[in-house]
Amino acid sequence: MTFLHYLRALLGIVKRELFRFVHQRERFVSALVRPLLWLFIFAAGFRSTLGVAIIPPYETYILYEVYITPGLVAMIQLFNGMQSSLSMVYDREMGSMRILLVSPLPRWFLLICKLLAGTLVSVLQAYAFLAVAWFYGIQAPPEGYLGLIPALLLTGLMLGSLGLLLSSFIKQLENFAGVMNFVIFPMFFLSTALYPAWKIQESSELLYRLALYNPFSQAVELIRFALYGKFASDPAIYVTIALLIFLAAAIVGYNPSKGMMQRKAGP
Amino acid sequence: MTPAAPALMVGNLSFAYGKRLALDGVSFTVSPGQCAILLGPNGAGKTTLFSLITRLYDSRDGLIEISGWDIKGHSTRALARLGVVFQQPTLDLDLSVQQNLRYHAALHGMPRRLAEARIEQELQRQNMHDRRHETVRSLNGGHRRRVEIARALLHKPDVLLLDEPTVGLDVPSRKAIVDYVHALAADQQIAVLWASHLIDEIAPNDRLMVLHRGKIRALGSVEEILRQTGTSDIGAAFAQLTGTPP
Repeated sequence: MTFLHYLRALLGIVKRELFRFVHQRERFVSALVRPLLWLFIFAAGFRSTLGVAIIPPYETYILYEVYITPGLVAMIQLFNGMQSSLSMVYDREMGSMRILLVSPLPRWFLLICKLLAGTLVSVLQAYAFLAVAWFYGIQAPPEGYLGLIPALLLTGLMLGSLGLLLSSFIKQLENFAGVMNFVIFPMFFLSTALYPAWKIQESSELLYRLALYNPFSQAVELIRFALYGKFASDPAIYVTIALLIFLAAAIVGYNPSKGMMQRKAGP
Repeated sequence: MTPAAPALMVGNLSFAYGKRLALDGVSFTVSPGQCAILLGPNGAGKTTLFSLITRLYDSRDGLIEISGWDIKGHSTRALARLGVVFQQPTLDLDLSVQQNLRYHAALHGMPRRLAEARIEQELQRQNMHDRRHETVRSLNGGHRRRVEIARALLHKPDVLLLDEPTVGLDVPSRKAIVDYVHALAADQQIAVLWASHLIDEIAPNDRLMVLHRGKIRALGSVEEILRQTGTSDIGAAFAQLTGTPP
């Protein structure tokens, strides 16, 4: 097992994910249409009802569309992470996950490669969305688009590892509807993606606390600050810790002797 | 590994799903150049056995060695010597034949030039080289299986596992795969373990294992098993050992 073997495998897995991304155009289009609907319709509708005060990183009053754009970028990554987990369940049902898992490399390494490949796809999707938003008039400073890359990698890895963890528990494709109801929707709505934390606090202290502890909120804030050329250290630390926890749990979940795979397996 | 050592060694292997015992003290070996057919009705434990050999599951009881490497202690070394054709289709339908094979070569850490040479060699051998740029989706079931076998052989494994690879194929496709794999074992000294429930896939020189309810009920050459059971054909022997028609 040499360094080159690891590198070739990593490139092979990333390349496969990118090929799949290119071939599955409907996946790309739906990943793009979802946040655009929120931006063009939902945000336009709510613009007049929700006033947003001046809060960092913004230095002036902003339109609601501007406020929710980072949240929608994070939403792309959340869906991508869950979709990757869906594809892992699907792959496992179809068998191609088996091909990955029987290759002669440590399992943790294979899972990290798969995670990285999925994250790169989510970064491409996020930039495609930001390009459309730019033409719509939502324009961040140029350095923000550059500084966003490491932030998106970190948040994408965190949300992807959550998906990976879930995929180690889900045996069948049908159970994915439960993930939508119990993971994606609560994470998204109970976050700072659609409304600032202080607005939530005005309504409920409990919801405010939950929103703050929600790793998705921290991902949104990391993206929000990065897009405006600022580094948010607390969300960065929080997201990194969440990433490490989810990833470690997912690796245990996929371990043949310790994990859930064989406990839930049938003959 | 000494020359006489088996390519695949399974010793006293047991595995349970909760309280239900799926494999109970299974032991056998497959030598280089030997084609071993694992016969068993549905639910006999064939797929569980394959999942353990490929380390998708782990068993606390028993031993599995591939070319002398213990699958638990040296899993990457053992898996590097193993080629697998799973029962379920495992190719990416949207990718081309070549892209699928390159992906596998990358997972085995093969340098690009070597990978290309092996891909060409294996596809030529399966008469699939002209179709390497086609997407897998456009291939019929028999051709997809050929690509999967080519893929399993890319890294020149010592052991080839096939889990009911002919399920759902028409008669000519089945025959082509059966003949090809038997020739492969003989010509390249690969140890083949082929799970099946179709007795017409057995060649006269094959080693047979009959698995039923997690236990090996019979093990030996076709002749030996007929003698043991006092029957005149494998179908009757199988029915006697398992209580089910083949």
